[in-house]
Amino acid sequence: MTRHNFAHLLQAYAVLIMTAVLMVALTLLSDSFLTVQNLLNILNQNAPLAIMASAMTLVIIAGGFDLSVGAIFAMGAVASAWIALNFDPYVGLLLSPFIGLAMGVVNGLVITLLRVHSFLATIATSLIFKGIAVVLSDGRLIPVRMPEFTWLGRDKLGGVFIAIWVMVIFALLLTFVLTRTSLGRQILAVGGNAEAAVLSGIRADRIRVITFAIAGFAAGLAAAIATSRVSMGQASAGAGFELDAIAAVILGGTSIYGGVGAVWRSVAGVLLLALINNGFNILNADPFYRDLTTGLIILAAIGVSASGKRA
Amino acid sequence: MIAIRASGLGVSFGGVSVLRGITLDIAQGEIHGLVGENGAGKSTLGKVLGGYYQATTGAMQVFGEPANPWNPRAALARGVALMHQELQLVPALTVAQNVFLGIEDKWFGILRNTEKRRLAGLMAASGFALDPDAVAASLSIADRQKIEILRALARDARVIVMDEPTSSLAKGEVAHLHDTMRALRADGRTVIYVSHFLDDILSVSDRVTVLRDGDHVLTAPAATLTKGAIVSAMLGGGKTETPFPDKQISGDPAMALEVKGLTNATLREVSLTLRKGEIVGLIGLVGSGRSEIARAIIGADPSTGTVRLAGAEFAHRTPHTSTQAGLVMVPEDRRKQGLVMTLPVRPNMTLPHLARFSRAGIMQRLRERRKAADLIDYFRVRPANPEGDIASFSGGNQQKVLIGKWLIGDPRVVILDEPSRGVDVGARQRIHEAIAEMAARGTAVLVISSEIEEVLGLAHRAYLVDRGRIVQMIDPDQTDEGAVLAALFRHQSSTEATA
Repeated sequence: MTRHNFAHLLQAYAVLIMTAVLMVALTLLSDSFLTVQNLLNILNQNAPLAIMASAMTLVIIAGGFDLSVGAIFAMGAVASAWIALNFDPYVGLLLSPFIGLAMGVVNGLVITLLRVHSFLATIATSLIFKGIAVVLSDGRLIPVRMPEFTWLGRDKLGGVFIAIWVMVIFALLLTFVLTRTSLGRQILAVGGNAEAAVLSGIRADRIRVITFAIAGFAAGLAAAIATSRVSMGQASAGAGFELDAIAAVILGGTSIYGGVGAVWRSVAGVLLLALINNGFNILNADPFYRDLTTGLIILAAIGVSASGKRA
Repeated sequence: MIAIRASGLGVSFGGVSVLRGITLDIAQGEIHGLVGENGAGKSTLGKVLGGYYQATTGAMQVFGEPANPWNPRAALARGVALMHQELQLVPALTVAQNVFLGIEDKWFGILRNTEKRRLAGLMAASGFALDPDAVAASLSIADRQKIEILRALARDARVIVMDEPTSSLAKGEVAHLHDTMRALRADGRTVIYVSHFLDDILSVSDRVTVLRDGDHVLTAPAATLTKGAIVSAMLGGGKTETPFPDKQISGDPAMALEVKGLTNATLREVSLTLRKGEIVGLIGLVGSGRSEIARAIIGADPSTGTVRLAGAEFAHRTPHTSTQAGLVMVPEDRRKQGLVMTLPVRPNMTLPHLARFSRAGIMQRLRERRKAADLIDYFRVRPANPEGDIASFSGGNQQKVLIGKWLIGDPRVVILDEPSRGVDVGARQRIHEAIAEMAARGTAVLVISSEIEEVLGLAHRAYLVDRGRIVQMIDPDQTDEGAVLAALFRHQSSTEATA
């Protein structure tokens, strides 16, 4: 095996290796870690973030950045709760992803029509989306304590939380889209070399809009699950989720320069972040060190990723 | 005096030997040409001499001192500067700032802004003239090369390695660069000139070194060499310059493409026609608007005027609709505009044809792979692997993939912009054959090239382009390179007179 291939493998599987090492360490250090209950809980708690990170992977592969998914999440939380309370709980849960989708399309159109960098555009739209959520909710909590609303976040199907099923299906779906479909191929091409893609007859702007639409949909879906679980919607929900999602994608070795990446690795990135968190809890470690540790691990992942690029 | 003495130099990358046993003396005040096919190691040797790569075996002496350690910094300190093929300038900085980048006159970290004065002295001494306040990005490539040379002189370089400096220069600019080289030589400096343009090398070099597959084949005074002798040394056999394929006369007079009055920021009233099975050339100096014509035809740039494809007017052209309609362009810069380096060969080839290789939006990889394997076979792409990492392929093989990707589905009109730029002799010949074959299948072909010889050798007809206008139509069989160049310069000066 050449050094080149080795660096590539390291880049691709570093997140799995780190996750495995952490799991072994936590198993050895604590009896309460490796239980079905604990593992299912970790997955369940992180299902919304994993859904958002999966979609963020496509945005980043296509060469973009979406800093507005946290705000779309807030909007989804407020909207789903408000609709559930004033109209119908099922419709509230169902509409949330589509409200997110619409906001994602707005992001995509702003970026492609105004020709501004996605980073700047989504900083602006995130404030707008968040602002709408605050106005709609009047800054208050919207409690929805009815089983027709809370099933999505709290119930189980076949012994496993429905949220986990949704997350797995969503991540598999996006993996399929990225690796097997014409859309996925176009996403990889636009991120890898936008000019070559355009000259190959690909409508790159349309592809970019689609990736932002998917990210918006995912944020709305994640919001529906999380709002259902806590049985209340509020405009402060989802704060910082965009950075967690991006961190997970980068931990998964997806290139921030676009063109290269995998959805499943971003899900693994979410799990890695979650395990660090869980480890602090079950080991009763000083939580003051949690951010520090997480930051160092992300830095290590970026280092590995950069070394793979240079080789 | 010997400027650089190499004894038994060898270089390997990851265990693969790319340069072996190079033993060579390069004298002070000499222009030394380095030639060889792509992959022969000429650029690698240039970069070793310039300190950019480390030799893995052998030893080197620079002005009598062993070159150890040897890296770009050490090389510069010893008076050896490397001019990269891709110029290493900061586009937003001025000429003066670029020339003295990193060696500014500072007083405790505060710039003293003496660069312009220092540059004036440098230009007076070297005979170069550039506007010190001009921003690098606004200058022609030839002027930007002068900045690089001035930068080397500012660091008192006594040996300047130029890696393919003429690959994006027009003919007149090449002559200018050659004058520059002679001026450097007259000043007692050494120029190491790496190029695959044999005429250029022969016209200016004192001595020429030929490499083949990483081996040192010969070093001889340029006066004793001919182009044929160099080519046969490069190829190892008795072959001379590769012949062009026969021009088949198309029996089908049907019009494939009619362009009328194409006008935009760079183009003025461009009209041209292409018949089925015809190969038509566009010849012009760099900056004449050749590529812009291609881009306007396929709709990559906006323009007014009409384009008729197989008799029907084709309005609202975009790269997307043009591709769908079978009007395709192979762009000039394969790295920037042509290939997606993050994807393997197969998806690069099928990228313009996703609908053809998918059903209900799902890619049919087996069919893709089969088609890619066919094309690899047809073009003799090496390595012959549809899943190969295209970024690691040689220029010639990348170019074959780039052209191959546009042959899928037999397009009506193919525009090839610089189809053989920077590729080796073997790939060049294969590409020329493929162009003749696509025309024989009834495709109309428009060939754009800075190598006039290439257009004359391939095309049935050719248009001369100057400043965004078509100025003349020529019959390639009734003219030669010199006559075409003379015509181009004549048109250029006549437009200057009327402008």
